[in-house]
Amino acid sequence: MPRSFVRTSSMSRRRFLASTGAVSLGVALAACSGDGDSGSSSAEPVSQAEIDKAMKTPTELTFWTWVPQIQQEIALFEKKYPAIKVKVVNAGQGVAHYTKLRTALKAGKGAPDMVQIEYQAIPTFTITNSLLNLAPYGATALKDQFIDWTWGQVSGPGGEVWAIPQDTGPMGMLYRKDIFDKHGIQVPETWEEFAAAARKLHKADPDVYLTNLAKNAPAAWHGLLWQAGGQPYATSGKSDLSISVDDAVSKKLGEYWGGLAKEGVISTDPDFTDPWYAGFNKGKYATWLTAAWGPSFLSGSAKSTAGNWRAAPLPQWDAAKPVSGNWGGSTTAVTASTKNPIAAAQFAQFLNSDPASAKMFATQQFFFPATKAVLADASFTGAAPEFYGGQKVNQLFADISDTVSPEFQWPPFYDQAATDWTETVGKSFADKSDTVAALGTWQSRLTTYAKKQGFTVKES
Amino acid sequence: MPATTAAYARKSRRAGPSARRRSVSAGPLFVAPFLILFVLLFLAPLGYAAYLSLFQEQLIGGTVFVGLDNYVTALKDPQLLHGVGRVALFFVIQVPLMLLLALLFALALDSGLLRLARVIRLGIFVPYAVPSVVATLMWGYLYGPDFGPFAQLSRNLDLPAPAFLSESWMLGSLANIVAWEFVGYNMIILYAALRTIPHDLYEAAAMDGAGAWRIAWSIKLPALRPALLLTLLFSVIGSFQLFNEPNLLMKIAPDVISSSYTANLYAYSLAFTGQQVNYAATVSFLLGLVIVIASYAVLLTANRRRER
Repeated sequence: MPRSFVRTSSMSRRRFLASTGAVSLGVALAACSGDGDSGSSSAEPVSQAEIDKAMKTPTELTFWTWVPQIQQEIALFEKKYPAIKVKVVNAGQGVAHYTKLRTALKAGKGAPDMVQIEYQAIPTFTITNSLLNLAPYGATALKDQFIDWTWGQVSGPGGEVWAIPQDTGPMGMLYRKDIFDKHGIQVPETWEEFAAAARKLHKADPDVYLTNLAKNAPAAWHGLLWQAGGQPYATSGKSDLSISVDDAVSKKLGEYWGGLAKEGVISTDPDFTDPWYAGFNKGKYATWLTAAWGPSFLSGSAKSTAGNWRAAPLPQWDAAKPVSGNWGGSTTAVTASTKNPIAAAQFAQFLNSDPASAKMFATQQFFFPATKAVLADASFTGAAPEFYGGQKVNQLFADISDTVSPEFQWPPFYDQAATDWTETVGKSFADKSDTVAALGTWQSRLTTYAKKQGFTVKES
Repeated sequence: MPATTAAYARKSRRAGPSARRRSVSAGPLFVAPFLILFVLLFLAPLGYAAYLSLFQEQLIGGTVFVGLDNYVTALKDPQLLHGVGRVALFFVIQVPLMLLLALLFALALDSGLLRLARVIRLGIFVPYAVPSVVATLMWGYLYGPDFGPFAQLSRNLDLPAPAFLSESWMLGSLANIVAWEFVGYNMIILYAALRTIPHDLYEAAAMDGAGAWRIAWSIKLPALRPALLLTLLFSVIGSFQLFNEPNLLMKIAPDVISSSYTANLYAYSLAFTGQQVNYAATVSFLLGLVIVIASYAVLLTANRRRER
């Protein structure tokens, strides 16, 4: 099948020509204006006239997403731009979705115009030049509407905007008030108190664990690492990558959780499986260290425990400076291969920044909002669900959202990092073996992989 | 009259070669549908995989021709070797047990001594009609260490819960699922072969004083040899391509089933998780080679035994 080889090489030639074109254009502009700043010339903004024309041209856009009933928000867009029709395709969720997307992108056809994409997956798709930079399409102007750290997650070092945030998952702790009361456990504010409570609870009732740290949840691990101030990945330029998933911060985290798993005072059941759901319903886990999307998810999945749950911030490493990390949430991105970049970019922006649409995600899909406006909306923060005994859970998580550090970065091959985590660190929880050693294995696996993929790797 | 005869002869003489020519051209025509599909669906993908396996595509740096480098790496890759070793072990343990069960069921059904033979036959065959994904999900629930029925039962009896999903039991648990799915299928093949044995052989044997066991041993089993060989071949291929069952159980036992648990699973995760399509093609190609060799070894030993 040499054809595909030829096609990729011609594509790269075209890309090469385009970039040299941009450079010479930049040189020409620099010559005219006399200033040396030619770096941003490739991100020439699209004019309002062009946008108006595109939005009046009959177009069909394809959108791959797993969000249930997203048709409601799309209807708002189609009402405003009657010429544009959006076709929704559900290609699975998470890994299944990315696998199909990558296959379609590689095949060169069948890829959607817009795509649902989680924060941690964005660099995985920008490294293959699969996402369209939305900055020239007016996305930069939206910056101030979104929570600062979410905008940090979707933007590149050169001012690129790779996606528009849709929902987020700042991490907190859901706990069973009835179990805590029964065993006289105070809500832990530090990880030290949390560990003590874990030992106490499991000793008092061997059938109950203070929490379940899933051995297959690399995303939760990254969230906890984020909270602890970890900087496991950093990229500079395109091919320089530093990987430090076994640095001091990671080791501290590994010792802590590996130690609790080894003692057997926490469980490590795989999450989002039948036994895990049953565990919540039968009171096996007294807390769930989860994200802001957790409260509404749990109230649908553990109905028999309604009214017994409460929410609190994550325990802290340093009680004086409360911080949190993010787990989950997603964005809308536009593929670089789209034939309708203007309409697709407008859609991604409208869907997540239009006040009515953004609010609908919070009220219909129970997403935790990424826009400042909805997050400050009294009807959102004032909700007091019975499942949590009337506690204002959204307000709590809105406060936590302010404490999420904007620094955290993702590797350009998240799928691989996640799989390797499960097979090393996650496995060490299950085997009750040395988690710190497992972090070292994870580090060396990632380094080997990155070098094989042509990166210049810096270990620290 | 002669004129017509001559004309007829001429006509037939003319018809002769053209008919032969037609029959010559008809052959390929008849084979064409198969051949086209064979080339499109078998040779082309195979050739493409072989082609892919000679390159290496990197996230940084693009695609380069690397010759046989991928094969050299693969032959030294512990994850691949473990995966192949594991399915080989699976084959050695699971297949004889499964075929023995299928054989026993087929013989029992064929003996005519069972009541409700039709119901039993259907009952054994039904698991094959259940898609393997559904079967694995069902068994995954049954194996559950907390809320599975076996775990609950043993808890009620104050016994330690069987650890079906632990590292040491997993291969056995997988073997059980596959056996459950395919005993009925193999049983039907063997049973059909048994039905083709002429009944006068049994009568003659009975006249000579042979009992049911003797008939089974001396007549039925030898007559079943080709069918058994067929089921064995299917099982070689099935075992080495083990994928669905471990892929689904991975979700509930992620610490036991790694992404390279079986060779096929490894190829899949290389391509779709690690974005190493070229290396995945190499692994698939080598796996295909292993299957060809294993199948050929089975055929060869069986034939040699027959000659003896």
